[in-house]
Amino acid sequence: MEDIITAKFDKVCEILDKHERNPHHLIPILQEMQEEYSYLPEEIMTYVSTALGIPPSSVYGVATFYSHFTLEPKGKYLIRICDGTACHVKKSEDILKALEKKLGLGKNKKTTDDGLFTLETVACLGACSLAPAVVINGEVHGLMTPDKTMEIINEIRKQEGVENV
Amino acid sequence: MADKIALIDGIEVKIDNEPNLLELIRKAKIDLPTFCYHSEISVAGACRMCMVEVEGQGIVPSCSTRVFDGMKVKTNTKQLRDMRKMIVELMLASHDQSCTTCPKSGTCKLQRIAKQMGIVKVRFKQRTEFPEPDMSSCSIYRDSAKCVLCGDCVRVCKEIQSVGVLDFANRGADAKVAPYFNKGIGEVECVNCGQCIKVCPVGALIPRYQTNEVWNALLDTDKHVVVQIAPAVRVAIGEYFGFKPGELTTGQMVAALRRLGFDKVYDTSFAADFTVIEEGKEFLDRFAKGEKLPQFTSCCPAWVKYAEQYYPDLLGNLSSCKSPQQMFGSLSKELLSKDLGMPRENIIVVSIMPCTAKKFESQRPEHSVDGNPDVDFVLTTQELSVMIKERGIKFSELDPEEFDMPFGFKSGAGVIFGSSGGVSEAVLRFAAASLVKGVKLEFTQLRALQGVKTTEVKLGDLKLRLAVVSGLANAKRLIEKVRKGEEHYDLIEVMACCGGCVNGGGQPVSEKKSAVTDRAMGLYKTDSQLEYHSSEENPYLQKIYADELTEELAHKLFHTKYKNRRRITSDELALSSKHDEAPISISICLGSSCFARGAQELYSQLAQYVRDKGIESNINFTASFCTEQCSKGPAVKINDKYLYHCTFEKAVEEIEKILSKVPA
Amino acid sequence: MSDAKILEHIKTAFDECMKGYQARIVVCAGTGCVANGSVALAKRFKEVLEEKGLSYTVSLEREKADYLLSESGCQGFCQMSPLVTVYPAGVLYVKVKPEDVEEIIDKTIVKGEIVDRLLYHLEDGTTAPTTKEIPYYANQMRNSLDLCGRIDAQDMDEYIANGGYAMARKAVLEMTDKEICDEILASGLRGRGGAGFPTGRKWDLTRLQKSDVKYVICNGDEGDPGAFMDSCVMEGTPHAVLEGLIIAAKAIGATQGYVYVRTEYPLAVKRLRKAANDARKAGILGKNIFGSGMDFDITIMEGAGAFVCGEETALIASVEGKRGMPSPKPPFPAEKGLFGKPTAINNVETLASIPLVLRMGAKNYAAIGTEGSKGTKTFSLTGHVVNTGLIEVPFGTTLRKIVGSIGGGVVNDDGTVCGTDYKAVQIGGPSGGCLTQEHIDLPIEYESLKQVGAMVGSGGLVVMNNQTCIVQIARFFMQFTQNESCGKCVVCREGTKQMLALLDDILNGDATMETLDLLEELAKTVQTGSLCALGKSAPNPVLSTLRYFRSEYEAHIKDKCCPAGKCEAFKKYSIDPVKCKSCSLCARKCPVDAISGAKGQPYVIDMEKCIKCGSCVEACKFDAVLVV
Ligand SMILES: Cc1cc2nc3c(=O)[nH]c(=O)nc-3n(C[C@H](O)[C@H](O)[C@H](O)COP(=O)(O)O)c2cc1C
Ligand code: SF4
Ligand code: SF4
Ligand code: SF4
Ligand code: SF4
Ligand code: SF4
Ligand code: SF4
Ligand code: SF4
Ligand code: SF4
Ligand code: FES
Ligand code: FES
Ligand code: FES
Ligand code: FES
Repeated sequence: MEDIITAKFDKVCEILDKHERNPHHLIPILQEMQEEYSYLPEEIMTYVSTALGIPPSSVYGVATFYSHFTLEPKGKYLIRICDGTACHVKKSEDILKALEKKLGLGKNKKTTDDGLFTLETVACLGACSLAPAVVINGEVHGLMTPDKTMEIINEIRKQEGVENV
Repeated sequence: MADKIALIDGIEVKIDNEPNLLELIRKAKIDLPTFCYHSEISVAGACRMCMVEVEGQGIVPSCSTRVFDGMKVKTNTKQLRDMRKMIVELMLASHDQSCTTCPKSGTCKLQRIAKQMGIVKVRFKQRTEFPEPDMSSCSIYRDSAKCVLCGDCVRVCKEIQSVGVLDFANRGADAKVAPYFNKGIGEVECVNCGQCIKVCPVGALIPRYQTNEVWNALLDTDKHVVVQIAPAVRVAIGEYFGFKPGELTTGQMVAALRRLGFDKVYDTSFAADFTVIEEGKEFLDRFAKGEKLPQFTSCCPAWVKYAEQYYPDLLGNLSSCKSPQQMFGSLSKELLSKDLGMPRENIIVVSIMPCTAKKFESQRPEHSVDGNPDVDFVLTTQELSVMIKERGIKFSELDPEEFDMPFGFKSGAGVIFGSSGGVSEAVLRFAAASLVKGVKLEFTQLRALQGVKTTEVKLGDLKLRLAVVSGLANAKRLIEKVRKGEEHYDLIEVMACCGGCVNGGGQPVSEKKSAVTDRAMGLYKTDSQLEYHSSEENPYLQKIYADELTEELAHKLFHTKYKNRRRITSDELALSSKHDEAPISISICLGSSCFARGAQELYSQLAQYVRDKGIESNINFTASFCTEQCSKGPAVKINDKYLYHCTFEKAVEEIEKILSKVPA
Repeated sequence: MSDAKILEHIKTAFDECMKGYQARIVVCAGTGCVANGSVALAKRFKEVLEEKGLSYTVSLEREKADYLLSESGCQGFCQMSPLVTVYPAGVLYVKVKPEDVEEIIDKTIVKGEIVDRLLYHLEDGTTAPTTKEIPYYANQMRNSLDLCGRIDAQDMDEYIANGGYAMARKAVLEMTDKEICDEILASGLRGRGGAGFPTGRKWDLTRLQKSDVKYVICNGDEGDPGAFMDSCVMEGTPHAVLEGLIIAAKAIGATQGYVYVRTEYPLAVKRLRKAANDARKAGILGKNIFGSGMDFDITIMEGAGAFVCGEETALIASVEGKRGMPSPKPPFPAEKGLFGKPTAINNVETLASIPLVLRMGAKNYAAIGTEGSKGTKTFSLTGHVVNTGLIEVPFGTTLRKIVGSIGGGVVNDDGTVCGTDYKAVQIGGPSGGCLTQEHIDLPIEYESLKQVGAMVGSGGLVVMNNQTCIVQIARFFMQFTQNESCGKCVVCREGTKQMLALLDDILNGDATMETLDLLEELAKTVQTGSLCALGKSAPNPVLSTLRYFRSEYEAHIKDKCCPAGKCEAFKKYSIDPVKCKSCSLCARKCPVDAISGAKGQPYVIDMEKCIKCGSCVEACKFDAVLVV
């Protein structure tokens, strides 16, 4: 039986060693940890602080400063709606509202209960000429509308074998 | 060279190397309001209150503006006034303005500045939801609803104490100052020094009050309540009642304590004389044997906790002596219960300390007998002032009174403990007296207000090398040097607070720059006025050693042990998936100390071994963060067995032993 | 390999190789085109070429073949994405779909014919085979962007074959540090990152600092929400950025460089990493570069999502592994920057322009642009405009030309195009201001914009049509800066929050004229009192819209109405008695029972009760519910 978690922690050690346990590399280290765990678990951050020899509060401070870091597990599909200027004037907010309604999410709830979707906004993806833009798991979709976004969501749900609500 | 001159509000001010414009303006006797400037920590530029107009530069923050010859500065234009007011309004709008119930009221900078500026109304939307205060620590009370995010505590804790308990978290309007993962400040590596309290301009950080508990004890007629006062209190408490820093109000303080209802008023300096003897003997013994050197002092509980957390390998070098506070507690309870024929529980020992860490110290389990603490309650100077005011005692008008005997009698050596360098000087006096008969020595080189002081003292044929540090960051730097072999000392005195206890976290916050020196001077003045200057001369002490203490009892009452201490509470980390039926659980410590001793490498070897052997499903692998066995690290627990100084071979041996017993 | 002649070797080999190809297909692989399917397109090209048994190769492979398939960075006309250009003729196909590929191969590649239907169509219906005939391109002056979109972004050899790294070599081998600074100063080049500080001066200040270690940092954080120039440059010509860094390093005496890239730009990170690796292998980075004895290497670092990290001191903190909170200046980065050492920080576009400046010579470069603003500037043109995309024009160009000739006119909400009749153009993003019809002929340059309360900024240009509510736009920017404030200084942390609250009051109809006064006073306090430029410039959108559209603010406050008809709070719901069929559906859907009526009678809405939820509009099958 293969052991997933040990493999993950091996990776943690590997990342720390690759960066020579250099405290200046805290940000890339956290980024790589987040790649592994999809979020930053407390114990891992404690360990990072130990290995780099910096106070845990500083690690926490950095992890909560940058919006890319998350302390909670994210959904399998990360939907990021661009709310940059260009997308905003092209009504990206409507997409956000529609999705929030559809997925039952809001300001304080970003991930669906089934752990399938996390909904975030992001400022400009560099695809402004295709505003409004939506990124789903790294894939940029341009010139979106609420309807088109719904289609994609439904498609994903179908793939995942989840009934539409 | 001609003097460099700046023109501040039209007045010429001479420039002499001021590091920034704010210092120059203050030198010109203008008190610009600030929340985030302290000369001893880095400049943050966060509060924006110190803005002034500099010709050619426009409106700039004076704390981060350089001084140059011929500069013209205005500090009081309409624009500046309006701006400052608005900034205070902005602060107030997100502040829990509950002054009437706030312990800081009256000494709060925000309150004072708002009043000085004549702010009558806050025009912005008031924040309405506030977090609950953090009550997890017995030393520090943290109420983030009052925090103005000046960041002073963050910088003090990092830069001066090199602990880093607090940092900013989140950003923008959600920004806050918090310990790791919003834990309580009592659940993390805080050493309780209270230096953050000293810089906090508002009521967000204050000592954790025990005044109610003390009132209850005082009003309980079954109890015999005695009080001991630390040396540094007498040179500072007066500041709450209109005296200058360093001005001696010992007599008034004693009188006030009697009026509060204490049955006896004693002096911690009395116990400090015992500390000097015990620690001095210990030192001379170690020095003669050449072992466990340098000896570190142990009377500062913040330093002790720091050492326990960060230097497990040096704990053997700490003097095993309890601090004067705890010596007083154990000795007085022992003797008083005998003398008065009262059970220990009915004798209540209250300490008045300049220190927040002493609260923590008094609650350490080793400082109690069958659950009854040697020191019941610890009040800071600040809390005592609150009690005096509450009782309506007119402190400044009291006629001075004397301490009760015998525990109120001390030598000057017991008094100077309150200043950085004092403990060393006291021990040196004792050592000098025991080594070279008849000389009377003062060691003034240890008295300067410096973070690090080193000296070499010749006593007869002996050469003693001493270092005196205050501020834990200074201590850390010094220890690194000693470890690297760059410097050598026989005795190292460490005080967590810069300048020693005169600058403790429970002391009044003074606007006066020289306050700490003034208070220290007050102590040295007391020393000079006392009859005896060396602890062994104290006649009461001699009598107690002769009549009451066997060597064994003295050791029990005056000495203690230290433990390896984890820094923060953190859950275990699962390193493997959970196997319900697995016969073996391995828990490897990945705390800082074990990490430094190669725990990660050990983990990798073990994980590889488990994989190679294909025994994953037999093993639950977890990591813990410090099992408080750091000096024996790396620590590994296999099922119920601890393996210290664990090596790969040791661990494998244990695993195989268990596996061999498991039916395949 | 540390060889002064390395560039010649590479160029000769590359040119030789290129001679062998009959045609070259360049598929745009910029973010925009990728989002519109250019990856699938490139794949399709391969498939079809293979199906047809045509001999082809892809860039970087250097195999002998008849045809070459490459991927470029953004070709600049993202509106028409995905783009495919076919050389040698330079025919540009727009909005290409996988099903068009076969035709392109059959006709254009093999026979050299043009597929008319895939060309860009001009307004009059005629077609434009190359960029020269397309007004969008023809009205620009694409200097820095010239290579971007023309060459394979990942191919260092092609960059070199086009003259790349020659200036770096010249700087390293033939120029003194002072000569470089003087030349850049003489060119009049000003920083493109927003503040417009003369680059030559910045370098000279850093050069004069005495220190064993110095750093140079390329600021690729590009956080302005509506700007993507820097991402295009990094993706399209990563080597130009590296070349600029090498020249900067020589000029100031740095041995280590960093490129700090926004985390939302994974493609840029990937390309820059590859570029740095390739350059290292060729001896252009690393030890003893070009055999000159100079050591210089570059680290690519990814940001983690914080706009404020574009600010120099915050960026430095971030590179050091800390929270990106700005610190007071002085000390300036030139004196005490990264790890406490002298550091020069420059924007991506600034650095990418450096080789160009040296190649053209200071004098020629300074001939472009206006008195105080030299050279060309890239803008990302977005918003309500026909042609959005990445453009480059000389300083001094007017909005009339940008919005009209290049942008192709303003698009109204209903899709109609109305010339240059925009309501406002936001320039410089959340730190900038808005320009109005009044400024349509204003030459765009640093000074002129400052005078009218706007700024060049990093180069975001967002066109807003007449149906835009200007107060909402101001609120949008305020929300952005409020979110992105680092929270360090009171004025910005609390001030932006309160400004947002005041704007919300205005938009919700809860404001009085005092609100407006307070907003203005607060805006000025935040402007003068903030620690860093984020806070200092955060009130700009509010102040500039107040300056030009005060009456709209007042309409929201006094008349409780939104002149653009966009604000929910002022919308009034009513039922058209003629259209209403009395079906009662709306009344049943209304959550607050604000609708009443009886059979046969048109239903009515009680505005006192209505909470403007919009349910009735959705419910009515006869479009009888009116919203004004
Ligand atoms: C909040 C804020 C964000 C900024 N963002 C960027 C940015 O994304 N890219 C950039 O090049 N400069 C940015 N700047 C400007 C930089 O601080 C700095 O002035 C610039 O990188 C200097 O390069 P330049 O002289 O080449 O323009 C920003 C400034 C502030 C205050
Ligand atoms: S912190 Fe100061 S202003 Fe705030 S409630 Fe307490 S006394 Fe009042
Ligand atoms: S002074 Fe005024 S506000 Fe304060 S407690 Fe008394 S009545 Fe209340
Ligand atoms: S009490 Fe001391 S250690 Fe604890 S947070 Fe305050 S400064 Fe830091
Ligand atoms: S707790 Fe006090 S010192 Fe710390 S940031 Fe808040 S107000 Fe400042
Ligand atoms: S130096 Fe004194 S006041 Fe400060 S923590 Fe130590 S014992 Fe307490
Ligand atoms: S102005 Fe804003 S972003 Fe800049 S330091 Fe202050 S709070 Fe941070
Ligand atoms: S908008 Fe909503 S509340 Fe108003 S009438 Fe229609 S359904 Fe009722
Ligand atoms: S739903 Fe439409 S048609 Fe039916 S009652 Fe309402 S307004 Fe009239
Ligand atoms: S604003 Fe959405 S991609 Fe730029
Ligand atoms: S004292 Fe200058 S900003 Fe706070
Ligand atoms: S770190 Fe303390 S026991 Fe391992
Ligand atoms: S991304 Fe292809 S044209 Fe811009």
